[in-house]
Formats: sequence, structure tokens, C-alpha cells
Amino acid sequence: MRHWRREFSRRHIDIGGRYASMSEFLQFFFSGLTVGAVYALVALGFTLIYNASDVVNFAQGEFVMLGGMVTVFASAAGVPLPLAALIAICVAVAVGLLLYWLAIAPARGASAVSIIIITIGASIFLKGGAQVAFDKQFHKLPSFSGDAPIDVLGASILPQSFWVLGGTLAAVLILYVFLEKTLVGKAVLATSANRLAARLVGINTATIMALAFGGSAAIGAIAGILVTPITLTSYDVGTMMALKGFAAAMLGGMGNPLGAVVGGLLLGLLETLGAGYVSSTYKDGFAFVMILVILFAMPQGLLGRRTVDRV
Amino acid sequence: MTTLLNNRYAILAALAVVIAVLPFTFPSNYYLRVASLVWVSAFAAIGLNVLMGKAGQVSLGHAAFFGIGAYSAAIGPAHLGLPSWASLAIGACISGLLAYFVGRPILRLKGHYLAIATLGFGVLIALVITTESRWTGGPDGMPVAKLTVFGWRIGTAYAWYWLSAAFLLVGAWIALNLDDTPTGRAFLALHDSEVAARVVGIDVAALKLRAFVIAAVYASIAGSLLAMMNGFVNPDLAGFQHSVELVTMVVLGGLGSIVGSIVGAAVLVVLPQALTVFQEYENLMLGFIIIVSMVFMRDGIVPMISKLIARAR
Repeated sequence: MRHWRREFSRRHIDIGGRYASMSEFLQFFFSGLTVGAVYALVALGFTLIYNASDVVNFAQGEFVMLGGMVTVFASAAGVPLPLAALIAICVAVAVGLLLYWLAIAPARGASAVSIIIITIGASIFLKGGAQVAFDKQFHKLPSFSGDAPIDVLGASILPQSFWVLGGTLAAVLILYVFLEKTLVGKAVLATSANRLAARLVGINTATIMALAFGGSAAIGAIAGILVTPITLTSYDVGTMMALKGFAAAMLGGMGNPLGAVVGGLLLGLLETLGAGYVSSTYKDGFAFVMILVILFAMPQGLLGRRTVDRV
Repeated sequence: MTTLLNNRYAILAALAVVIAVLPFTFPSNYYLRVASLVWVSAFAAIGLNVLMGKAGQVSLGHAAFFGIGAYSAAIGPAHLGLPSWASLAIGACISGLLAYFVGRPILRLKGHYLAIATLGFGVLIALVITTESRWTGGPDGMPVAKLTVFGWRIGTAYAWYWLSAAFLLVGAWIALNLDDTPTGRAFLALHDSEVAARVVGIDVAALKLRAFVIAAVYASIAGSLLAMMNGFVNPDLAGFQHSVELVTMVVLGGLGSIVGSIVGAAVLVVLPQALTVFQEYENLMLGFIIIVSMVFMRDGIVPMISKLIARAR
């Protein structure tokens, strides 16, 4: 984990030191957006599952890990990169569906906290599985279009950053079109609005929830594939990813997809600017200080709805 | 058997008998070490059970207090020249005070929000411990001075076995007695219905805070004991995974059941030791145990057994 962080800061933050302050800021800004885009995807995955099933899925980060690791190992075995990425997404989706069918569906009716503990168990289980199936080393993927930095107003941006940002934008647009324009997507929205009413109009809510887990896994895997050329991956990157993604979802207000994206980008920017200007050793702390401040000041998140208890 | 599980003196007597008899069945000192580890973890789990089982509040960052206790026992003698037992007491005070101040805003939250806030708090404390390496030795950890009481150095496996067992007995006794105090009765009311408890005039916020402080002090003492017993600390003691393990001990054993916390601690400590042959598979096993126990034994081991016995009658 530390190695990963060091690698990341070497590639992204220290480069800025050589430039004047404006380009330094831009450097941090683009790094922040890149990291933030990944958090946004993780947070979006969280939100999709949370909306469909009220489950807070702490195994979300493991989908990111699976996306990166499976791609690395498939391409090491000689599979071309695009196909390796596709295999990784399929593996993550299969794991997501199994997670729903084997661990979440049988626990229906358990308390929110019990379900959280189950998903944490699933996260530890998947981490352990990856440790056995792959290895405990750090792995890198080649950048999709070379490593030559692109100069933008004095800041040098890795081409892979554009892949991350573009990929995130594409994922968000596809998800939006799916939810708003297709019948199945509308069924997902109906389920998240009111599960009982959705069932009454003939929506199979169990299928919808499985779909949410599968879709969420695919989004996580895509994030993992896009970011691995920049940040490296290993069997244990998932936990921190899940925590950060959760912080992002919380920042935007749980259950709000737009909020998840905004929250992710904000968190990435906050972290990178904080690491650049305040303290790089406490970089990982910003997300959690943020969570606590938001929860204490606005217990329902930035864009969340107020809930009223019925007695 | 069910009455036995409900009578606190019977529980304490049974626990004392188990503690007294166990060492005679152990073929080597290694088993004494594992048993001491179970007693210390059980001590922390019992404290957390007061918060989770009695007050109905979850903490996913409880290892933070465990870590504060452990590092107090390490830093006190090494940097400040304090005796170990005083460091244990100071660590417990720090944890209690921290819990008191952090608990106020945190315990206003419910459900997922409470879980994530305690989790964030725990990760922050672990981050501070890992980062402030001048005091804590950083990610590599630091050695801990051996405990000396009245000129006696407590170092042997036997000495630690009896000392940790004594702490466990006292800890269990206090937690069991809690049921008969006004605080314990209020916990019961809170657990059944927070709104009803508030209606009959219980200060719910103060009550939750009290449980949080109690749980923090238990965890801190357990952390100090473990640090002095192992002679070494590292940041993993305060980490997220350790928090999850503590919660799993409580839930696996049975929420609200003191015996359950001891059983849960025993399962989570002994199983990885028994599986050291498959060290690669440790995470896989831990994850599997957590999922299976939460899905199929939602009540926990001890309540499930007492229910089975009651049904057999």
C-alpha cells in the first residue's frame, strides 16, 4: 500500500515542484481530477447498489482490485489488452452476482449493520482469494497510449489521465442513458424509489438487485483497469478504495448518483491539493476528516434527503 | 444449562474453573500464550459487547482504542520513563476521555452513518500511529518494556496466563453486574426501543456515551495488556481489520452475551493459530467465517445454543 502511494506521488505530485505556482496548481488539479474520477466510479457503484437494495457494499473496492489484477494476469498470459480487460469485467460481474446470491440475498431482513459486516467479510474473503489466486506483488499495466506526458498550460499530464477521465465520463453517460431511457433502467429507478410499489407493478425486484450488483461490479472493474497503469495494483488495494469511494458517496449524499460523481471529484481534488500544499503524509486522512466533518455538521450528507422516523 | 447461562455467579464460577483447569491440559507453553491471547481479546470483546449488545450501537473503529492502550504501554516506559502499570492506567484515561469527546457527535448518528463515522475515526487514529514514527516507530512498530509489579518482572507464559485471566474475570464480573444497576436497566430499555426509553425519561444520548466510554476503556486496557505480553506493538493493532475482528467476535459469540464474547474471541484467536499451516489462506478463512456466521447464525453461537437447549426440553 505504501509502495503504491509512493509510486503515485512520484509520478503525479512531485513533477509539479519544478514549475511555477500556477502550473503547479494545474498539475495538482489534473492529478486530483484523475484520482477523483476513480473515486467517482467507486462511489457510483456504491450508489447503484445502495439505491436498489439499501445495502452499503464495502466489497466495492474489491471490484476495482479484480479489474486491475485480472487484466494484469490475463495480459501476462498473452491475451491482448482489450480482451484481457473484457475478461476482467466479466470476472468482476460474476463475482458481484455471486456476492448477491450467496451472501446478500440469504441475509435478507438482517439489520443494516449485519449486512455491512457481511460485505466487509466478503471484502476480506475476496482479498484473501486474490492473494492465493494471484500473488502479493505490485503489478503495472502498460499505459493505453504511451507514457509521453502532454503539456497543458505548463502542467504535464499523463495520457492515461485522459483515459481515466474519458472512461469515467463514458461510464456515467452510459449509466444515465440506461437508467433514463431503457425499460430495465426505469425498473431499477422504480425499485430504488419504492420497493414494494415496484413489486406491485410487476417488477421482479430480486432480479433488479442482482442486476445492480453486476452493474456495480462492472463499473468498479472499469475503474480498476483504467487506473492501474498510473497507480499500480495489488491484492490489497480494495479496502482503501472502498473507504474512499464511500467517503465520496457520503460527501455527495448517499443514494444520489450525481452527488456520487461530484463527491468523488471533490474528494480527489481535496486529497491531492491537501497532499500538495498541506501534508503529504496525512494524504489518506483528508477523506476521513471530511466524512466526520460532514456527518457532524450535516448528518444526511451534502445532497442527501432528510429521513423521518416513524414510531 | 439455560439457567446456568443466565446466572452470573454460575457463569463466573464456570469461567474460573475453565481457567484453572486449562493449563493442566496444555502440552507446551505455546498453548498458554494462545490462551492468554484469547483472554485479552475476550476482555476487549466484552467491553465492545456493552456498546453493541447492550446499548445497540456499532463501532467499526474500536481497534483505535485498543491501539491507544497498546501504544501507551509502549511509549510510557520508552519515552517518558513511566512505569508500565501507570502507562496502562494513563492509556485507559486517554481512551476514555477521547471516547467521551468523540462519542458525543458520533453517537447522534444511526445505522450506516454511525458505522462509517466510527470507521473513519478508527482509520484516522491508525494513520496518526503509523505516521508519527518519532514516537511510535512508524509502520514497523516498537518494542515494549516488560511489566514490573512491586519489583517482580512478569515475563513467563504462566505469569501472563494468570494475569490476563484475572483481568478477564474482573472484566466479566463488572460487565455482568452492570445488568442490575440503573444504567444496565436503562440499557435494556434502550435496546428494546430507543423512542420508548426516551419517553420514560431516560437520557438516551448520555447513556450511549457511557457505553462508548466503557467500551473504549476495556479496549484500551486489553491493548496495553497485549502490548506488554507480546513485548512489541505495531499499527495493525489499531487497524481497520482488527476493528472488524473485534466486532466479529462480539457478533459471532452473540450480541449481549458475555459468555458469547469469550467464545467469539476464542474462535477468532484460535482458528488462525490452528490454520498457520495455511497462512496464505488466513484472509480467505476469516472472510468466510464472517459471512457464514452472519448469514446463518444471526443470533450468534451462545444464544443459538441456549435456544436449542430450551427447545430440546
